[in-house]
Amino acid sequence: MVSYTAAELKLEREYSMWKSRREDEKPSTSPNPQPSAPVAPAPVASAPSSYQPRTVETPRMDTYRADVAHIGKSVIIKGELSGSEDLYLDGEVEGNIDLRNHNLVIGPNGRVRANIHAKDVVVHGNVNGNVTGVDRVELKKSAVLNGDINTQRIVIEDGAFFKGAIDIRKGDQPKAEASRPPIQAAAVPAFSAPAVSSSASLEKK
Amino acid sequence: MRTSGSAREWPVPNFPTSVRFPLGFFRNIFGGSPQPPSASGEGAPRIPRRSTGFNQFTKAILRPDGQRILDLGSTSSSNINFITGLGHKAYNEDVLMEANASRLVIPGPEDGTTTVDVLRCLAEDLQYEKESFDAVLLWDVCDYLPEPLVKPIVERIYQITKPRGVLLAFFHTRDAGTEAPYYRFHIKNEETLELQQGPHFQLQRVFHNRHVENLFCNYNSIKFFLGKENIREVLLVR
Repeated sequence: MVSYTAAELKLEREYSMWKSRREDEKPSTSPNPQPSAPVAPAPVASAPSSYQPRTVETPRMDTYRADVAHIGKSVIIKGELSGSEDLYLDGEVEGNIDLRNHNLVIGPNGRVRANIHAKDVVVHGNVNGNVTGVDRVELKKSAVLNGDINTQRIVIEDGAFFKGAIDIRKGDQPKAEASRPPIQAAAVPAFSAPAVSSSASLEKK
Repeated sequence: MRTSGSAREWPVPNFPTSVRFPLGFFRNIFGGSPQPPSASGEGAPRIPRRSTGFNQFTKAILRPDGQRILDLGSTSSSNINFITGLGHKAYNEDVLMEANASRLVIPGPEDGTTTVDVLRCLAEDLQYEKESFDAVLLWDVCDYLPEPLVKPIVERIYQITKPRGVLLAFFHTRDAGTEAPYYRFHIKNEETLELQQGPHFQLQRVFHNRHVENLFCNYNSIKFFLGKENIREVLLVR
């Protein structure tokens, strides 16, 4: 539990009189909050020497931002996931993700079995499904993506694993779904070997 | 049912082991970095290398836009950009990474040995409609594939390639021992590739020309290009 001494409270009141702070709207420990910057422990050099602001624990993730919805790694969602704000997804989703004009970041613990539609899509984790990034799709080195990509720009770091087709849309060209050649209907290998149970191949897209 | 595939007839004999090259020989002729990269090869330097075979491959795919090109090497954004920049559609499947996935490893016929679940591999990988692709980039994957998978995968590639479709494959010319590094191939332009040391895969074998011809005997034409680094580049037309 955080407690302030009377001296600290007094100092804080005085300090807030000198600067126009918007603490009522968005609590922050930073003397110079920058809403668009990643939240991080604030430097305290500019504060009075006796004033030691309490640091609030924040997730140590580069992509964490206060204005981004956050789904933690212990969360499991089955069904339709849609929204009108940016999303950082570190949990598990099965179904569909539709963010349209907003960005999606799939964290390193993210496990997605869904088709994704968003403006920018950045993948650190594991995705099984087709990804449509209106502007951009980025696969980080830890990314594993099994599915088709449909986007205008793509960035793939060394070490990323990708299995599927890529359709690069140019400019305002109307969206065309990635047309992956259908899987062989009967996934029977033509090598005189007995057939494998077809369920394994049918589960694939 | 699983089979190890070890009983299949396979035309590649055991190669003489009397010719041994010092450690790092192939790395040196490739001009590789003396500093080993990380296990996955991230951040390793890229070494440019002129490739006549790839130049011919590019000429073969310049014709109409909208072709389907399958890249069976490591995922590379420069390859994707190059292919899509030509107006084609890029498909990527890292066959070697898939073939070495732990889920495909099963106990071998003898105690302590392991082999690859060929049927499962074929059921999970390269699942495309017949005659889907106008061109396939196989790179040097065949040299590193587990032996039971080589012939089935080459046959599967033949099936999914269109008639008159082209295939580009590379082969080591001599036995490089277990130290021959595996490289990712990045396309720089229509005649230059960049080699980047990738994850550690062990060179499984070295094909002679006749073995290459036997392996791709179903193809209509086969053309060999010998580079100065003693790597054979093979361009095949189905």
